Amino acid sequence: MIQFLNENAAGLFEKSIEHFFISMISLGIGILIAVPIGLFLAKNKRLSNMVLTTAGVLQTVPTIALLALMIPLFGVGKTPAIIALSVYILLPILNNTVIGVQNIDSNVKEAGKSMGMTNFQMMKSIDLPLALPLIMSGIRLASVYVISWATLASYIGAGGLGDFVFNGLNLYDPLMIVSAAVLVTALALIADYLLSLVEKMTIPKGLKISR
Amino acid sequence: MLSIKGLTKVYGRKTKAVDNLSIEIEDGEFVAFIGTSGSGKTTALRMLNRMIEPTDGVVTINGMETKKMDPVELRRKIGYVLQQVGLLPHMTIKENIVLVPKLLKWPQERKDEKAKELIKLVDLPESFLDRYPSELSGGQQQRIGVVRALAAEQDIILMDEPFGALDPITRDTLQDLVKELQKKLGKTFVFVTHDMDEAIKLADKICIMSHGKVVQYDTPDNILKNPANDFVRDFIGENRLIQDRPNMKTVEKAMIIPKTVNIDDSLDHAVSIMREYRIDTILITNKSQKLLGYLDIEDIKEGVRKKAELIDIMQRDIYRVNINSKLQDSVRTILKRNVRNVPVVEDDNKLVGLITRASLVDIVYDSIWGDDEEVQTSDPSKDIGVDI
Repeated sequence: MIQFLNENAAGLFEKSIEHFFISMISLGIGILIAVPIGLFLAKNKRLSNMVLTTAGVLQTVPTIALLALMIPLFGVGKTPAIIALSVYILLPILNNTVIGVQNIDSNVKEAGKSMGMTNFQMMKSIDLPLALPLIMSGIRLASVYVISWATLASYIGAGGLGDFVFNGLNLYDPLMIVSAAVLVTALALIADYLLSLVEKMTIPKGLKISR
Repeated sequence: MLSIKGLTKVYGRKTKAVDNLSIEIEDGEFVAFIGTSGSGKTTALRMLNRMIEPTDGVVTINGMETKKMDPVELRRKIGYVLQQVGLLPHMTIKENIVLVPKLLKWPQERKDEKAKELIKLVDLPESFLDRYPSELSGGQQQRIGVVRALAAEQDIILMDEPFGALDPITRDTLQDLVKELQKKLGKTFVFVTHDMDEAIKLADKICIMSHGKVVQYDTPDNILKNPANDFVRDFIGENRLIQDRPNMKTVEKAMIIPKTVNIDDSLDHAVSIMREYRIDTILITNKSQKLLGYLDIEDIKEGVRKKAELIDIMQRDIYRVNINSKLQDSVRTILKRNVRNVPVVEDDNKLVGLITRASLVDIVYDSIWGDDEEVQTSDPSKDIGVDI
C-alpha cells in the first residue's frame, strides 16, 4: 500500500486538484444560474411549483446517462462534464432559494413595499439577504453532491479522481479505488468546511442575533 | 390636503370592500378609520398609498391625483406604519430608520443626522442605532416603526392598527407619544383601529365605517354627543366596555381550584379549613361536587354564636359562571357586583374552579410582564383558597 501511494502520490494529488476544479466551476455556474432564477420564481407560487416539480423529475435522470447525453452535444472532455454537473445541482439550490424567499415574514416584505422599494430593490435588499441562510445550506448540499458526481465525469474524459476509480475497476485494483474514494470524501468535507466559512461571513449579522 | 372622492374597491364581481368613500382630510389632522373587522377600513387606508389599487374613485394629495403618480414614488412620499412593525431584521436600527431616505439617495451625513434626531424623538438612546431589531422589545420596535415612517419628512403618515399588537401599558405610552409627535410636527396622520377609546384619545376626526361605507365622519365629541344611528351608538358602547380586557378566551385559564367543604360537614370543620388556608370564604358542595352555596366569615361568626349547623347558615344565592363562558364577562361581574370571587361550574353545576380578584390581578400581571421574566407563582397553599 505504501508502495502504491509512493508511486501514485503525484498523480493522486494532481487528479484531486482537477476533481476539485471541475466541481467548483460547476458549482459556481450552478449558483449563478439557480439563485437569480430562484429569486424571480419565488414571486409566483404556481410557476415556482411547476418549475420545481419539473426539475425534480429531471433530477431522476441518472447522472451517468446525463453525462453520456452530453457527448453528442458537446463532445468529450471537461466542458460537457461541467455543463452536465451544473445542470444537476440546479435543483437543490433553486429549491432552497425559492423556499427561502417564500418563507420571509410577509410583514417585512410588506414594509419594504410600503416604503416605496421597487421590485428589484426588494429582491436585492430583502429577498436575497433574508433567504441567504437557506440558499447557503442548498449550496453546501450541492457542493457535496457535485464532488461525488464529478467522479463519474471521468467516464466522458473529464479527468479527476474518477480516473483512478475506473482504472481500479478495469485493473481490479481495490487499493486504487479505495484511495480515490477516500480522497473524494476528503474533498467533499473540505468544500463543506470552506463553504461553512463563507456562510459565516455572508449571512447578515442581524439574523444571527437572538435575544 | 388629502381628498378622497368616491373611493371604491370591489373584489371579485360583487364584494364591495370599500363602497364610495368620500372624505376630506385637512393638513395636520389626525383621522381615525374605525369599524369592525371586514368594514373595509384597512382596505381604504391601503388604497391611499396604492398598496391596494382602487377599483374606482379619486384620491388627491394637494391637488395631485395619486392615480397619475408612480406608485413607488407615491409610497416614498407617504409614511406607513404596520401593525406587525416589519423592521428589516438584517439591518441595524439606523439602516431601518433611514430606509426611505436611502431610497431617495440622501447623502450619508444627512441620513446620520436624521437617524439621531428621530431616535431622540421617541425617547430611545442613540446607542440603539447600531443594534438590530431582534435586540429590541416589541414596544421599542414599534417606536422605530413610527419614526421610520417620518424619516423622509413625509407629510402624510398612514398607520394600520399600529398599537394593536402591544400590551396595554406600552400601547398607552406609544399612543401618547404619537399624539405628541403629531402635534409637534403638524403632519397629517391617518390611522386604522378597532378600539374606540384609542380613536377618541388620538383622533381629531373619526370616520366610522361599516360594510365598506362611512356611517359617520365627525369629531369625537360630536360622535359621542350625537351618534348618527344605532350602529354608532352600539359601537361606542360596546367598545368602551370591551377595551383593555386581558386577552384570554374562557374562564378556564384563569380559575384556581377552590377549597370546599361537604354540606354534611360540621361548622367547626369548615372553620378549621378556613383558618388553615387563611381564606375568608369557603364553597359548599354535595358528595358529587355539585355547588350548593358558600359561607363567609360573617356567616360563621353568626353561626357559631347561634350554634347552628353549616347547612342552616350557608348562603344559597350564589352567582356562578359556566366553564365555557368568556373571561371578560366574569370580569364585568366581579367589578360591577363588587363580589370577591365567582365560582366556575360545568353544565351540570359541578364545581370545577374559582375566579378571584387575585387571579385576575395575576392575569393582568402576566399579560404585561409575563414574557419578560418568570412570574413567581404564589404560594400553593394560597392557590387553593379564596384570597381576599
